[in-house]
Amino acid sequence: MVNIAHLIPVFPFLAFWLNIAFGRRLGRGSAYVSVGASLISTVLAILVFMGLKPGGGSYELATWITIHDHPITLGIIVDSLTVMMLLVVTIVGTLIQIYSIGYMGGDIRFSRYFAYISLFMSSMLGLVLADNLLMLYIFWEGVGLCSCLLVAFWYEKPAAAAAGVKAFVTTRIGDTGLLIGILILLATGHSLRFADMGSLPGSEILMAVAALLIFLGAMGKSAQFPLHVWLPDAMEGPTSVSALIHAATMVAAGVYLVARSYVLFAMHPLALQTVAIIGAISAIMAASIACTANDIKKVLAYSTVSQLGLMMLALGAGGFTAGTFHLMTHAFFKALLFLGAGSVIHAVHTQDIRQMGGLIHKMKITGVTFIIGALALAGIMPLSGFWSKDEIFITLWQSGNPLLFGAAVLTSFLTAFYMARVIFLTFLGEPRTETHAHESPAVMTFPLVILAVFAAGLGFIGSPWCHGAFQNFLTGGEEAVHLNYGMIVFSTALSLSGIGLAYLLIVKGFKLPGSDCPCRNWFIRLVENKYYVDELYDVVFVQTFHKICEAMKRFDQLHIDGAVNGVSTIVAFCAQAVKRLQTGLVENYLLMQAGGVLALLLFILGKLCRIF
Amino acid sequence: MPYLLTTIIFLPLLGALVVALIPGNCDKIIRMTAIAFNAAVLMVVGVLCLLFDRTSGSMQFTETHPWIPQAGIHYTVGVDGISLALVFLTALLGFLACLASNTIKSRIKEYFIVYQILMTGMLGTFLALDLVVFYIFWETVLIPMFFLIGIWGGPRREYAAWKFFFYTLAGSVVMLLAIIGIYFLSTPHTFNMLELAYSSPLLSRTLQAILFLMFFFAFAIKVPVFPFHTWLPDAHVEAPTPVSVILAGVLLKMGTYGLFRVCVPFFPEAVAMFAWSLGVLGAVNLIYGACAAFAQTDFKKLIAYSSVSHMGFVLLGLAAMNSTGFNGSILEMFNHGIITGAMFLLVGVVYERSHTREFSAFGGLASTMPRYAFFLTFMALASLGLPGLSGFVGEFLSLAGIFITFPKLAIISAIGLIAVVVLFLVMVKKVLWGKPKEGVVWSDMSMGEVAVIMPLLILVLIVGFYPDAILDFQKHTVDVLVKTL
Repeated sequence: MVNIAHLIPVFPFLAFWLNIAFGRRLGRGSAYVSVGASLISTVLAILVFMGLKPGGGSYELATWITIHDHPITLGIIVDSLTVMMLLVVTIVGTLIQIYSIGYMGGDIRFSRYFAYISLFMSSMLGLVLADNLLMLYIFWEGVGLCSCLLVAFWYEKPAAAAAGVKAFVTTRIGDTGLLIGILILLATGHSLRFADMGSLPGSEILMAVAALLIFLGAMGKSAQFPLHVWLPDAMEGPTSVSALIHAATMVAAGVYLVARSYVLFAMHPLALQTVAIIGAISAIMAASIACTANDIKKVLAYSTVSQLGLMMLALGAGGFTAGTFHLMTHAFFKALLFLGAGSVIHAVHTQDIRQMGGLIHKMKITGVTFIIGALALAGIMPLSGFWSKDEIFITLWQSGNPLLFGAAVLTSFLTAFYMARVIFLTFLGEPRTETHAHESPAVMTFPLVILAVFAAGLGFIGSPWCHGAFQNFLTGGEEAVHLNYGMIVFSTALSLSGIGLAYLLIVKGFKLPGSDCPCRNWFIRLVENKYYVDELYDVVFVQTFHKICEAMKRFDQLHIDGAVNGVSTIVAFCAQAVKRLQTGLVENYLLMQAGGVLALLLFILGKLCRIF
Repeated sequence: MPYLLTTIIFLPLLGALVVALIPGNCDKIIRMTAIAFNAAVLMVVGVLCLLFDRTSGSMQFTETHPWIPQAGIHYTVGVDGISLALVFLTALLGFLACLASNTIKSRIKEYFIVYQILMTGMLGTFLALDLVVFYIFWETVLIPMFFLIGIWGGPRREYAAWKFFFYTLAGSVVMLLAIIGIYFLSTPHTFNMLELAYSSPLLSRTLQAILFLMFFFAFAIKVPVFPFHTWLPDAHVEAPTPVSVILAGVLLKMGTYGLFRVCVPFFPEAVAMFAWSLGVLGAVNLIYGACAAFAQTDFKKLIAYSSVSHMGFVLLGLAAMNSTGFNGSILEMFNHGIITGAMFLLVGVVYERSHTREFSAFGGLASTMPRYAFFLTFMALASLGLPGLSGFVGEFLSLAGIFITFPKLAIISAIGLIAVVVLFLVMVKKVLWGKPKEGVVWSDMSMGEVAVIMPLLILVLIVGFYPDAILDFQKHTVDVLVKTL
């Protein structure tokens, strides 16, 4: 089998330049350029998948740069993890681009949109193919850039422009950790290749620190607490972008990075525990916020943070397959949910779920596919989300840490609750406002249907009925996965109770006991305001930074430049003083001369006296 | 090829003579002549790059002619991996800035004469191998620059020109003393830089430290190193666009080049002694420059301060005292010239249309000037060190180098880099994003303006994707230099 994997990102990259250079002339054709390139990549990815040898392998294209006498190569890694990511990115990416033809149809910067999307595809595919950390870092920043540009795509809106900057800067803070981690590995470990990560020579503690720093990068990208603040704001971008970048692919890159360098993490319990704890905090915190949010996209955004937290939690608890399995299923059903939300927004021109209702009658395809996606997310058997969540539960149960297991349970319960809430408010019940909603065109509903099929059925490949084909594909093992009836009953009951609670509260109008207790209101307000994290950051970081910069500017003008000008003033002043001597009167000069001669004579006389 | 370097150095001067002979009212002919001469220089430099032996780490194309043999002064020139990239940079920016000089409308003949003399001075500085010749070229740069700012500059041009002149002169005087000092301290007495590289390291630590500090003072002003940087924003804001390009792109490199050409080989012990301080200054430059830039309301001042910030990386790489750091540092000089040169061209583009540089006058330009938006975003990304573009390679190598020597400084600088990212993103947001200002109708970049900036964009991409395109030229020279430490 010839090595073709490196060609996969090339086609979207060419599409990017084509659309940048000739976008205006191509007009609507730019969509076909991007979709075409993406389709070629999909086909190549499938070919790579079929030609995959057990255990995978890697190959090198060229040496990119030599650092400390160690060559950093343009290396390509092709193993089951990469192939899984390749398939997810190309398939979801292509479907979302097809959807975008309809969704972005009327936009004045249509071709620019597809240019950015193609650049994103190319960077994302490069990211999953990179066989060393530096290569990964390059593409990692690339996807971050595309995310920033696409969030700020409607830059005329100040909120969108600010969100774009926020997305880039917040992730860049995490990336600084990744960068320092790379520097440590480079200086002490002498290799950045993922394949060598199990056998790096550096000291124990230093490697643990490196792992934590790499995780910091993953936290930024995957919007984990406390770096999660950019993701909800990123919803200012087009919904198709949210689906592709902020739900299915880029935000999962953090999880991918942890999975990719898993050996390094696995060797250091401290690093692994940190991953689990951060994941757990993010999962619960974001899920609780999602319960109170009223913007359909914000609900989905917080849900994404929460689900990514769940994946991190699974990875941190030692569940390599559980975390990656959930990554894959989540990519499909969350992309579906976002695209569905986009279809709804397209139809009713609002994002507030309180103003929707009964939409399923007017938008049958959107409604049905959205509900499939929501149930998959809520973890209803036999949809895909059920199987991956089930695997996470089993992993956490076996890890023997009741707190982590409890976190996952609480998250799943809240997940079922908020998704049911969204469904009840948008698609079921009676319309709450006058709308002329209508089903979206076929170019938008077609991807929904395909994604719904994946969201429903993809879980089977990791289910006991398929003998755990996915897990064995990923690890190269031959282990059978057994049905764990107890866990199935438990998790189904959990999801159903979440849905039931939503039914009681929203449809039946029940009130929770103690709903007028002041501490409850206090708590609700805390959640509704997203735990005031944004406000805290604004005061602690943003305003401080502005103040420091202003202070430095003033310091520069007053003191540093002041000193420079001060020196020149002193020189000028001295010159003025000395100038007085140059009177131009010969008498004065003669007098001074005489005085000088006299002084000299006295001096010599004194010397002579001392000698004799 | 004999006299290749001499041709490069004095071709612009010949251009100045030719321009001087053309009647003053023939604007077009004067312009074309100047452009033709700069194009010729660029071509000869191209030939030089082709003939340059990349596998060698020693001086090439050396020429020596006795000049004032009684005083031991010889006209000696040569090129190695450290100077080659800078010579290419000078020729390229000299040519492009000459093309961009169509915004100069008054005293055209004088402008190009002075401009051509400046070119000779810069090229000579990078190629000279005799300290006196080096010093003369160094000073030759000063005077044309003084006139370029003082005559063709903005409203506060005289203040800025005098400040630039005296500040740099103060450094030069000290450097002259150091040159005379090193002559008498060397055995046998010589001004030849290659010979001094052998004899000076034998001096005592104290002498090395004193001479190092004297040279460093002169170079630090030029770089500029904090706290000697305040002439730079003033000079930039007042200078016309093409002069800013040269000022940021080439003149600042004279300082860092001096550090590599004089300080490191002559006084290795002193440099090692002060390495930590150099690194601290680098980190201060990086962070202080970025923060001061962030608070600016003047577009050009912001870029000027960001230059201070970028030069911090050059110092960091130098302080690393290993080949990775040196390579990063030298590459960063080249990158900064390309990227910041382009940045100043872009500031000039909007200044030509708006006659203001205040951010409050801009906003939403992405809607009305899409082509401009592309170039500005691209160069801002290159400036903030986006991987895949050239800025990243130099910065990363510098950081990787300093991490080995002083890990704490590397970590602080990496964190400080966030400020640079914020700086450029917010700049893009202020200028390009938001609602277009009402009543603002500026035409997008003309094809001529695109043509000037396009070569820089291509270079940024080439170096970003294939850093060895530049690194190959300098590697071996750096290896030789590191071995002498």
